[in-house]
Amino acid sequence: MTTVTGTGKYLGVRGLWSEADLIRRVALVLSVSLVLAAIFAPILAGYEPNAQSLISRLRPPLGFEGARPGYYLGTDELGRDLLSRCLYGLSLTLMLAALGATLGLVIGGTLGVLAGVAGGRIDAVIMAAVDTQIAVPFTLVALFMLSVFGSSMPIIVVVLGVAGWEQYARILRGEGMRLMQLPFIEAARAAGASPQRIALVHVLPNVVSPVVVQFTLSLSNIILLESTLSFLGLGVQPPTATLGAMVGVGRDYMPTAPWIVLAPALLILAVTFSVQILGDWLRDRADVRLRGR
Amino acid sequence: MLSRLLRTAFRMLLTFFVIVTLVFITTRLSGSPLDFVIGEGMSVEDRAIMIRYYELDRSLGEQYRAFLRAFFDGEFGLSFIERRPVADMVAERLWPSAQLLFSATAVTLLVAIPLGIIAAVQRKSWVGSAVMAFAFLGYAVPNFVLAVFLVLVFAFSLNWLPVVGNGTPAHFILPTITLAAAMIAAVMRFTRNAMLDVLGQDYMRTARAKGLPEDTVILKHGLRNAGITILSVVGLQVAALAASGSVVVESIFAWPGIGDLLVNAAIRRDYPVLQFGVLTVALAVLFINAAIDFAYAWVDPRLRHDGGEAGK
Repeated sequence: MTTVTGTGKYLGVRGLWSEADLIRRVALVLSVSLVLAAIFAPILAGYEPNAQSLISRLRPPLGFEGARPGYYLGTDELGRDLLSRCLYGLSLTLMLAALGATLGLVIGGTLGVLAGVAGGRIDAVIMAAVDTQIAVPFTLVALFMLSVFGSSMPIIVVVLGVAGWEQYARILRGEGMRLMQLPFIEAARAAGASPQRIALVHVLPNVVSPVVVQFTLSLSNIILLESTLSFLGLGVQPPTATLGAMVGVGRDYMPTAPWIVLAPALLILAVTFSVQILGDWLRDRADVRLRGR
Repeated sequence: MLSRLLRTAFRMLLTFFVIVTLVFITTRLSGSPLDFVIGEGMSVEDRAIMIRYYELDRSLGEQYRAFLRAFFDGEFGLSFIERRPVADMVAERLWPSAQLLFSATAVTLLVAIPLGIIAAVQRKSWVGSAVMAFAFLGYAVPNFVLAVFLVLVFAFSLNWLPVVGNGTPAHFILPTITLAAAMIAAVMRFTRNAMLDVLGQDYMRTARAKGLPEDTVILKHGLRNAGITILSVVGLQVAALAASGSVVVESIFAWPGIGDLLVNAAIRRDYPVLQFGVLTVALAVLFINAAIDFAYAWVDPRLRHDGGEAGK
């Protein structure tokens, strides 16, 4: 876990732990274990996520009547092990979200720093694009893009990346403009540094902390978007498991086999909950005004 | 005031124009639209006729002009699947969507603003923390997960409420709650923050010093001033949340609105419907934003007179 504060001070894990309240500790433990579960999904899962077994369809989780040993969370409508699918789904969901958030950071960060440092007409055009993006609900854009270009993995990552770029652009533009006023930039310029050098060497290192905060916040939004799109049937296509798609498909079996929906739904909840708390926490730490409120 | 109105209208028009253009570029980027209209097994000659019929042999610039002309002439095309004018299909979905949106917005305002005020006034006690925890949960729960839980409990276990369609008032309950949840969380947070900013102001102390009862101080002096900030958020955030939320909620509860239409069109790749539907919703959101912007200027006397830079 990166622990960057608003003043650029770095704290150890122990320092973070001791200042956290109960909810934040829960979120920290939860997110670490979720990430570990996602990374070690191939080892932890007892079955192939797409292996069907028609004799053991719709079996409930262990402890309920009709459960089959070895299938801890039961099976779905095609007899696939739910626990294995949840683990693989979790790892795919987290991977897509991380890729999407990184892409958004690269696009938005570049444009934002460019707008802030260059100013003038470039700034006006980039900010007009930001305003347009804000004006249109992104779910609609995502629906449109996925439907036109198809739901392949690269397209999904692009859609998720485009989802949050404007936040980075806004933050980095503001920071860039603020920094450009400061004496050390002026000194660099007087010493003959090129605009590229100023942007990369002097501006970028100074915007790490707001970017880390925004990255965490946008991660939870992207996870939400990905699971929503998968839920609607427009995300990663079956039989590949993502958490949202599992809830979407399981909907049809809700009256008779609610566990098919409940397991992935609770997992999504755990992910979004812990990521949001972490993002909020980082923001509080970075925002000096909020300290002590 | 007038110049602000003109500027808002101009910006709205510009944004809409950009969106229309992006829609055009996106559909053309994805390959020949003919591949979607006709299946396989078409002879080369027939294909050439179709290409000429749809004017696809012309340059992109001419195609773009034709696209714009048709759009502003009100010829929005036919649905690939239902073979009906897309404008009709979207029009008959407007009212159910609007109904759901109104009921969700009403619930949001009735719940979120009082709770936000309580959270601000009682921020040091457990009441405030509890309210904020509730807001946090509303933010973190994806609306389709909430919908699934609600359906499991109230429809399948308890058998109290219907799930599909919009036939009776009872059909409104679950979709309204689902759609309102995220909006409540957002509005509540902003109400609290706006109230917190206002509560520390000097005029609040003056009002108390005059001997006004606490309720009057908070509601009349506090809420009125915080209301301006809240209004701007309700506009921007809620319009976006409602548009995205409607897509999911209507699709889950088979609500015959635009969101449901859009999802089905996207899945079946019915481009004319998708195109027109997305543009309609985008236009609606732009209008709401512009209306809020205008109301914002009208409520705030500082903005009413000087053309509007003071509040930026």
